[in-house]
Amino acid sequence: MRNRFADTFYELGKADRRLCVVVADISPAGSIARFRQEFPDRFVNTGVAEQVMIGMAAGMAQRGLRPFAYTIATFALYRPFEMVRDDLCYQNLPVTIVGIGGGVSYSTLGATHHAQEDIAIACALPNMSVIAPCDPAEVEAATRWCAMQERGPVYLRLGKAGEPDFTAALAEKFTFGKLRFLRTGRDVCILTYGSIMKVAAQVAESLQDQGRSVSLVSVHTLKPLDMAGLAEVLASHRETVVIEEMSPQGSLGMKVKALAYERRAGSRIHCFSLRDEFVHAYGSHEDVLAAHGLTVDNIVESLSRTRVRLRASIHD
Amino acid sequence: MRGADHDVFLMSKGHGCMIQYVILEELGVLSRADLDSYCKPDGRLGAHPDYETPGVAASTGSLGHGLGLATGQAYAEKLKKTDVMIYCLLSDGEFQEGSTWEAMMMAANLKLNNLVAFLDYNDFGGLERMSDGHKAFYPLVEKAQAFGWEAVEVDGHDGEAIFNAVTSRIGGRPLIVVCRTVKGKGVSYMENVPIWHYRSPNKDEYQRGLDELAAE
Repeated sequence: MRNRFADTFYELGKADRRLCVVVADISPAGSIARFRQEFPDRFVNTGVAEQVMIGMAAGMAQRGLRPFAYTIATFALYRPFEMVRDDLCYQNLPVTIVGIGGGVSYSTLGATHHAQEDIAIACALPNMSVIAPCDPAEVEAATRWCAMQERGPVYLRLGKAGEPDFTAALAEKFTFGKLRFLRTGRDVCILTYGSIMKVAAQVAESLQDQGRSVSLVSVHTLKPLDMAGLAEVLASHRETVVIEEMSPQGSLGMKVKALAYERRAGSRIHCFSLRDEFVHAYGSHEDVLAAHGLTVDNIVESLSRTRVRLRASIHD
Repeated sequence: MRGADHDVFLMSKGHGCMIQYVILEELGVLSRADLDSYCKPDGRLGAHPDYETPGVAASTGSLGHGLGLATGQAYAEKLKKTDVMIYCLLSDGEFQEGSTWEAMMMAANLKLNNLVAFLDYNDFGGLERMSDGHKAFYPLVEKAQAFGWEAVEVDGHDGEAIFNAVTSRIGGRPLIVVCRTVKGKGVSYMENVPIWHYRSPNKDEYQRGLDELAAE
């Protein structure tokens, strides 16, 4: 994802002189290094100083530029939080905060580097748009949208590297604020976003193998949320499964449940998220997700158990 | 120094915006009606300045934000190759904010000679005098110089001295003018009395204050 962002930004930046990158002492991946060489004035490194990274980006936007503030997600959003809130959101400036390593993808570095509440926090801010693409192709589409948009600040949550492709060949294009169906079924709809798509896609395969007809959706835009699209999902699927690499507090799962209550939707909703805890676990990304209970097997088994219980209660 | 009308004034110490509103009204940027509806439901002026109000360069009020914004604004003008100057007024209280020092370093790194900061050095925080409770806060000029700025100290009540400090600067880097001030200057019952950071005068006090200022 990092490299696709860098490649896309480089291409856009060649044509649009308003585009700048403000980083806080993070080594620029791939084409961002090339951007720095070719356009040194439009690449600013504030050093280990994230408050001025956001403050400067806001000031540059006020004078007509289009800055992207880029660093590890925790340091992009948590450390300079009041600058994000007051400088970017209160003043409603078109700055994109690019958070690298969203969720627990910095899996050997501990919770200081885990952005496990970022979506909830970013979504809580007025004027903020929140996007979490599920694969490199969606990163490219989202980056293009961020560079052109006039709405205001955006939190763009990216993974790290090596994410598989899911959407490059899709007929349905990325549309900001709209659900994106990777496959369409009738029984179960899986809603997910970000790099945990790889787990969600395997869960979808497994359910298909069990003979169920499965929809798989990238909810890439977390704010504004596609409420009409989600209401349609709830109305047309007996079961809705939310899989997300985020705290349960302020999660997509909670929002889907609230919507189901409002709309009196009958779809049974199953939510799988990170736990509301620091897990003190290390290893691969999959290992840390597993420490939070987020494995394909766990999710499929949990869904099967619920089905058995449901069948039993129907027969009672 | 050019006095270009497109230069920017950014009030980082947002709680000082009342004087800014009065000046903007005198310049014809705001109206008398704006002043009369200050902090009222039908007005557009509050006790902290709000971005996109005419004459207001940024929403401030939380301390420690203005110099970062001003640094970004000044850098943008450099990139655009304009001659716009960015002027930023800071309180000495917000000179305690870490974010201000992040911006101090960056503005100097970027050699922003189109950035001028004024520090309202009245030696008062909300709770106590800085010289009593925060002795390591001083010295100011030397600290700013150590951070790569051109820095001078003047009498903050002497407009000509401030003007000369800006116009006679060496240049090539950002400038900070440390302005020695007396809080509540010119009104005997307000001078250096901390409660007047928060209180508004009643009718009698207001008249007395006006009389004292007129007699000066």
